[in-house]
Amino acid sequence: MSNKAETRKFGFETRMVHAGHIPDAVTGARAVPIYQTTSFVFDDADQAAQLFELKQFGNIYSRISNPTTAVFEERVASLEGAAGAVATASGMAAQLVAFLTLLEPGDEVVASSQLYGGSITQLVHTLRKFNLQVRFVDPSSIAEWEAAITPKTRALYGETIGNPRGAILDIGRIAALGASHGIPLIVDNTMATPALCRPIEHGATLIVHSATKFMGGHGTALGGVLLDSGKFDFSRYPSIAAPSAAYHDLRFYDTFGHYGFLMKARAETIRDTGACLSPFNAFLLIQGLETLSLRMERQTASALKVAQFLEGHGEVAWVAYAGLPSHPDHALARKYLPGGPGAVFSFGLRAKKGEGARARGRVFIEALQLFSHLANIGDVRSLVIHPASTTHQQLSDEELAKGGVAPELIRLSIGLENVEDLLWDLDQALLAR
Amino acid sequence: MTLNSALSAEHQRLYQDPHVIQRLLREARTIAVVGLSTDPQRASWFVANYLKKLGYRIIPVNPKADTIMEEKCYPSLAAIPEPVDIVDVFRPAADATAIARDAVAIGAKALWLQLKLVNLEAAEIASRAGLAVVMDRCVKIEHGRYQGRLHWGGMNTEIITARKARLA
Ligand SMILES: Cc1ncc(COP(=O)(O)O)c(C=O)c1O
Repeated sequence: MSNKAETRKFGFETRMVHAGHIPDAVTGARAVPIYQTTSFVFDDADQAAQLFELKQFGNIYSRISNPTTAVFEERVASLEGAAGAVATASGMAAQLVAFLTLLEPGDEVVASSQLYGGSITQLVHTLRKFNLQVRFVDPSSIAEWEAAITPKTRALYGETIGNPRGAILDIGRIAALGASHGIPLIVDNTMATPALCRPIEHGATLIVHSATKFMGGHGTALGGVLLDSGKFDFSRYPSIAAPSAAYHDLRFYDTFGHYGFLMKARAETIRDTGACLSPFNAFLLIQGLETLSLRMERQTASALKVAQFLEGHGEVAWVAYAGLPSHPDHALARKYLPGGPGAVFSFGLRAKKGEGARARGRVFIEALQLFSHLANIGDVRSLVIHPASTTHQQLSDEELAKGGVAPELIRLSIGLENVEDLLWDLDQALLAR
Repeated sequence: MTLNSALSAEHQRLYQDPHVIQRLLREARTIAVVGLSTDPQRASWFVANYLKKLGYRIIPVNPKADTIMEEKCYPSLAAIPEPVDIVDVFRPAADATAIARDAVAIGAKALWLQLKLVNLEAAEIASRAGLAVVMDRCVKIEHGRYQGRLHWGGMNTEIITARKARLA
């Protein structure tokens, strides 16, 4: 075994606390300092010009890059095994930056139908304003993915662990299908985090995250990140390979090689949309990353215990957790998520005679003592939501069913509390009248 | 440092050795850039310009130009009238065999083939003659990696250390 640090492959946990940060040469500060500044002083006029032309590495303005944000970016890139990363204001921003960097008007995206509701809205309505079209497919049907691909298709999109029923994306097969058509697969890896699954190892090209969730873990900061494997041949992509009118005819792929996509995402898309992460939020998210694998391990183990408990409970109609053998994607979960399929899942309350499912959900939620009723996931505190009475309350039962959100569906995000306390809380709320 | 290389693990060990790369960047003064473009938007121009701004002496090698970046341009390595430390190659991989022979003939200290350029025959010719060899790596990226500024662009430098940085 080599004793040279430069050639050692350091483990995940080591990179979780060290990657992307070298203690400062002057101060020696051990924690990552917060560079709370909008702008950076140039050495001289020539260096300033060179920076604007991307001819030197350096900081100009924190909308484009910032040293604290860079630590967050490199750390996530290291954990995902990516060539690099661009941090964004939120998970939604990471997705939008990915699409706006990769696609040209008229292009199409084929996406899994099992996505976070906000992502579906972005794909359908916001992308339409850019003359981009999306086709949704049942992610478990490779035939549907294939049939939806047209000569205009420029990206495939899915979630490692999909909303709302915990569908597991067959990343390897879908990435291979994309590769055979010269199309990159974009994976939203929010629910798994790189602690449980690294989609690039299975062939995915671009990764997006809502760092708001498990990466931070503390529920204090919104943030997102976009990563590139650096392995995809973008020479067929005019957006990345052709001379860019927005950057005096620079050919990003030719000039920056496997950094081309990310350079374009930063120097053009982030610059022009302003969808950057603030250095303070980057600092907060870095604090979360330092304990990521520990939290994912414990929260996933607790989630399995809770799912098993609910599956055996008389007041529960069904549980959709891919960690259970009853889930249709259990085998895929074992393949792609050997550490368990995360800590977010949904279950259905058993219908009662003379009581609507929506009313039942309200009673259950209001009886809970430890689960926080709110619209987020991935906190160290356990969270609960009943979509039919909150996020989806304007939809009819029929419309709910179309979106795969049954009126009896309850979504849980399991935190770090004592798991016996969580079981106690769920039991008493299930029995509440 | 194994990200994004077409080389096998064994060849990475031989031709992408971080210690060799750091030593070359530290000790070299003169870099002959074979295939340096006259177009300021090409990768070769970005790399050579970056190195020149850092104080390296850049010697363009391109039979189709007289001067590039205000430096006299030579048609071949053999035509360069001064010692060369690194021969940095921006030509198709197949051309690297002949360039390696020329690099040996002029007594260069290292042969460096840029990103995506792999030519094992060229590597053997150069290393048998005692030249250091780097392949499928970019001089600018490697300089930025060890000097710390590549990191500012959010790139994965793969450097993991708890030791204090040295002043650049
Ligand atoms: C899977 C998934 N992707 C993306 C998002 C959007 O992230 P953000 O709220 O940080 O914009 C969320 C949650 O909101 C999510 O659950």
